[in-house]
Amino acid sequence: MNKKSSQTLISQKYDRKGLLSEIWQRIRTNPGAVLGMIVLCILMLTMLYGIFFISYEQVTKMNPLQRFKPPSAEHWFGTDEMGRDLFLRVIYGLRYSYSLAIGAVAMAFVIGTFFGSLAGFFGGRVDTIIMRTTDIMSSVPTILLGMVIVSVLGSSTLNLLLAIGITASPMFVRMSRASVLTVRGNEYVEAAQAIGMSNFRIVFTQALPNALSPLIVTLTSRMGTAILEIASLSFIGFGIKVPLPELGALVSSGRNFINPAPHITIFPGLFIVLTTFSFAMLGDGLRDALDPRLKK
Amino acid sequence: MFIYSIKRILWLIPTIICVSFIIYALMDLAPGTVVDSMITSEMTKEDIAELRAQYDLDKPMVYRYGKYMLRLVQGDLGKSQVSGLSVWDLYTSRFPMTLRLALVSLCIGVAIALPLGIFAALHSGTIWDNLTTGIALIGISMPSFWTGLLLLFAFSYHIKIFPSGYNGTLASYVLPAVTSGFMMSASTTRQTRSAMLEVLRQDYLRTARAKGVSERMIIIKHALGNALIPIITQVGMMLAFSLAGSVVIETVFMWPGIGQLTIEAINRRDTPLACGGIILTLILFITMLLIVDLLYALVDPRIRAQFAPARRRKSA
Repeated sequence: MNKKSSQTLISQKYDRKGLLSEIWQRIRTNPGAVLGMIVLCILMLTMLYGIFFISYEQVTKMNPLQRFKPPSAEHWFGTDEMGRDLFLRVIYGLRYSYSLAIGAVAMAFVIGTFFGSLAGFFGGRVDTIIMRTTDIMSSVPTILLGMVIVSVLGSSTLNLLLAIGITASPMFVRMSRASVLTVRGNEYVEAAQAIGMSNFRIVFTQALPNALSPLIVTLTSRMGTAILEIASLSFIGFGIKVPLPELGALVSSGRNFINPAPHITIFPGLFIVLTTFSFAMLGDGLRDALDPRLKK
Repeated sequence: MFIYSIKRILWLIPTIICVSFIIYALMDLAPGTVVDSMITSEMTKEDIAELRAQYDLDKPMVYRYGKYMLRLVQGDLGKSQVSGLSVWDLYTSRFPMTLRLALVSLCIGVAIALPLGIFAALHSGTIWDNLTTGIALIGISMPSFWTGLLLLFAFSYHIKIFPSGYNGTLASYVLPAVTSGFMMSASTTRQTRSAMLEVLRQDYLRTARAKGVSERMIIIKHALGNALIPIITQVGMMLAFSLAGSVVIETVFMWPGIGQLTIEAINRRDTPLACGGIILTLILFITMLLIVDLLYALVDPRIRAQFAPARRRKSA
C-alpha cells in the first residue's frame, strides 16, 4: 500500500463530522422523519405568520351575523359561536401551544440534564440523593400537578410551564445519568482528568456532549407529549383561559356547540394531532438514526 | 427477592409523605384560609385568634400536615365544605365508577393492541407493519378529549345510539371506554410490537422450529410468553395512568368518578375535598406503579434470579 492511499484511508476513517451533520445524514434517508420535519417546519412558519400578521383584535372581533358558519372560501375553518373566524383563531392560538411546549421541555431538559449528569458522573451519595428525589418527582402525574399549581397560583403561562416542566424533568435526569455513566469510563475523560480539568468542566464539556444523542430523541418525543398535556389542561379548564385561543381551550369551547357546529371542535383538534404526530414521527426517526447499534 | 420487595414497599412511605406534603403545602399556600368566611365584623381580635387556633392556623404548616396525615391513615380526611359529607366517604363512593370504566377500557385496549402488535411484528418491514404502526402513532398523537368529542358527535348526536353521559345503563360505558381503550391500545400496540420483535430474533425460537413445533405454537407459546413481560408492565402503567388521569375523559362524558369530584371541588374552592381527592389519587397511583414493578420482577425469572442468594446463582 503506498503512502498516499493509506493517508486517505486514515482521513476517511477519522473524518470528524459534527453530531448534527451526522444526524442529518441519517435522518435524510428516513421518510417518516423527513415528513415529520417538513410538517413541523410548515407549522412553525404558520405560527410565525400568526405572530406577525394576525392581530389580537382580528381574533376577538365578534360578528353576530356570522355565527356557526360552516367552512367556506371566506372562512376556511368556518366561524365559532360568536362569529369569529376559526382559521385566524387557530393560527393565532398555535403560539401558546408551541411556545409553552418548547419552554417546558427546554426547562425540563436543562434541569434534568444538569442533575442527571452530575448523578451519573459523581455516583455515590450525590447519585443517591438526586435519583431518590427524581423517583419522588416522577410519581406525580402531570395533570394532577398542573391542576394543583394552576388552582393555587392561578392560570398563568408561567405556572403551566412550571407544572409541565417539573413533571417532564425526571425522564431527562434518568436518560442523562445513564448516558453519562456509559461514557464516564472512556479514555478521553481520564485524559481530561490527567490534564487537571475540574470535574464540573469534564462533565459538561467532555462527558455530556458525547452522551447527547439519546437525550435528543427524548427531547423530540417529549415535545409531542407536552403539547397534549397543555391542551388537556386547557380543556379541563386549568390552562389558558377561553378568550385566548389556545388549541385545547378552543376544543373545549367548541364542545358545547358540537351538535350544530362540529367544525369548531374538529379543526383545533386536528392541529394538535398534526403537531404531536409530526413530533412523534421525527422522534421515532431520530431514535432509529441515532441508535448506536445501527452505526456502520 | 423478598428483601427487595420489602425495600420497595418501605420506600413507598417516604415517597407518599413527600409527595402528599408537596400537594398539601401548595394547597395551603393558596390565598385565603378556612376561617376567612367565618369572621364577622363584631368579632374582636381575640375571637379571631381563637378561631384561627381552633384550625391550628397559629401553628406551623408542618404541624397541620402531620395532623392531616395522621387522620388520613384512620380514613378521616375532614368534611367537604360544600356538602358537609365526609371526604373519605365521598371519594370511596365515586371511586368504583372510575375503576369500572378503567377496567373496561383496559380490556378493550388489550383486545385491540395484542393482535395488532403481534400482527405488525410478524409482518415487520411490510406495508402492513407500516400501516399498523402508523395508525398506532396517530392514536398516540390524538388528545383523548378530542377523540371522545368526535365519538360523542358521531354516535350520540348524529346517530343516536349511545347516551352522551352516564345514566346507569351499560350503553353509557361504550363511548368513554372505547375512547380511553383506543388511547391505551395505541401505545400498547407499539410496546407489543417491539417486545415481539425482540423475542422473534432469539435463538430458542430457531431451536423450537428445528424441533418441528408448529408455527402457531411458536408464536403463541414460545414467543408471546416471553414478550408478555414488558407488555404486562405497559398494561399496568396504563391502568395507573388512566386512574390518575381520569379527569379528562370524565369531563368529556360527564362521568361521575373521582376526576369529576376533584374538579368540582377545586372549582367550588372546597379545599378539604380537593386536597383529599388529589392526595388519595396520588397514593393510589404510586401504589399501582409499585405493584407493577413488583409484578415485573415476579413474572420475569431473569430478574428474580438477580435477587436470588449468591450461592444458588453460582450453581446455576
